Amino acid sequence: MVKLMASLDKNFDPARVWSLLEEVKDPEIPVLSIVDLGIAREVNKSEDGQLEIVISPTYSGCPAMYMLEDQIKDTLSRHGFMDPIVTTQLSPAWTTDWMTESGRIKLEAYGIAPPEKTTRNKTVLFGGQKKISCPRCKSDNSEQISEFGSTACKALYRCLDCLEPFDYFKCI
Amino acid sequence: MADLSKKDALVQYAAQIGDNGLIIGHRMSEWCFRAPSIEMEMALMNCALDLIGQARELYSYAAVAEGAGKTEDNFAYLRDEQDFRNALLTEIPNGDWGDTIVRLFFMSAYNKLFYTALGNSKDSELAAVGAKSLKEVTYHLRFSSEWLIRLGDGTKESHARVQNSIDNQWTYTGELFTMTEAETLLLEDGISVDVASLKADWDQIVAQVLTQATLTVPAEGWTQIGSKANGVHTEHFGYILTDMQYMQRRYPGCEW
Repeated sequence: MVKLMASLDKNFDPARVWSLLEEVKDPEIPVLSIVDLGIAREVNKSEDGQLEIVISPTYSGCPAMYMLEDQIKDTLSRHGFMDPIVTTQLSPAWTTDWMTESGRIKLEAYGIAPPEKTTRNKTVLFGGQKKISCPRCKSDNSEQISEFGSTACKALYRCLDCLEPFDYFKCI
Repeated sequence: MADLSKKDALVQYAAQIGDNGLIIGHRMSEWCFRAPSIEMEMALMNCALDLIGQARELYSYAAVAEGAGKTEDNFAYLRDEQDFRNALLTEIPNGDWGDTIVRLFFMSAYNKLFYTALGNSKDSELAAVGAKSLKEVTYHLRFSSEWLIRLGDGTKESHARVQNSIDNQWTYTGELFTMTEAETLLLEDGISVDVASLKADWDQIVAQVLTQATLTVPAEGWTQIGSKANGVHTEHFGYILTDMQYMQRRYPGCEW
């Protein structure tokens, strides 16, 4: 019986795989792909010619990781990459710095304040609270409602100008 | 008794760190639908998820290191009471909100120091878990510290109750800094953390936050030990396993 060829041919194009990975969205934040989030780290051809995708989990207990693994396999299989291997890599630990610039823009447009990159607010060094911009009216006049939000990666804030509550993607 | 091999020590060590996360994570998950407000509930569930997630990574690694074809589930669902080596502090009942916050604070202060050190382990897998977990437990420490300050420096009632929580739990904190046979053995190779050396820094974190919270640090005294070294638990532990392992015991191999 002829077995489906799982190995990659010579014309394997990693850029094509990366563009397919853009189709795999975070189930909790469906505007962001695993590439935007920096979860997808590497696209490799293993020694025996199989396609390997390396991913880094955001939080240790993030329940979305298993779903994402299935979605990666499913998306790639539908486009002719049979039986890809998905490898989870813990080190270096995922950081919000890996989120792409376009990911940050999409996140804000979706109503979630993106993680802070740098701050000039020196009070943060002494335990002061960061000023987070409201994704709706862009005011910096906001306050934290809860350090934890609806998922592990978010905190809950409120804008003191437009009075809307909003999610903030925690900086880790 | 035969000497402990380095391989067995590594399996025990990874599982034991995982036990701390699983048991305190399970305890905190018992607050689900019972916390005083939705924000407090989300916070506890988020912390619990991190801690159980860390346990899963460590159990998976213990299973690989053992090489007997087990998975993380064998460690969580099919071991008996004496096989669990979590610190006694992690298994004591939730009590009131203050009790739960104090326990999380004591554990998070320990976890922060522990995972910082584990990040330098010569074992690359443990070092990776350490570096990743550190980010999470640092957040837990901040959250529990802020609540401790709010309760301690709050009303007369909250101050008295949270001081009582501290005094009651203090006797369980010493066990965290005792070394097991496995820890001592793996220390030779730079794999394990010298937990005894973390005590001074832990005392400092505790003193700093308690002072800010206008609370009193209890005097050093007799310490409860037993679980970490020998698997001798409090009377509460069996009930945790009954709840947590019921499905796998009743329906072996059951999957969602």
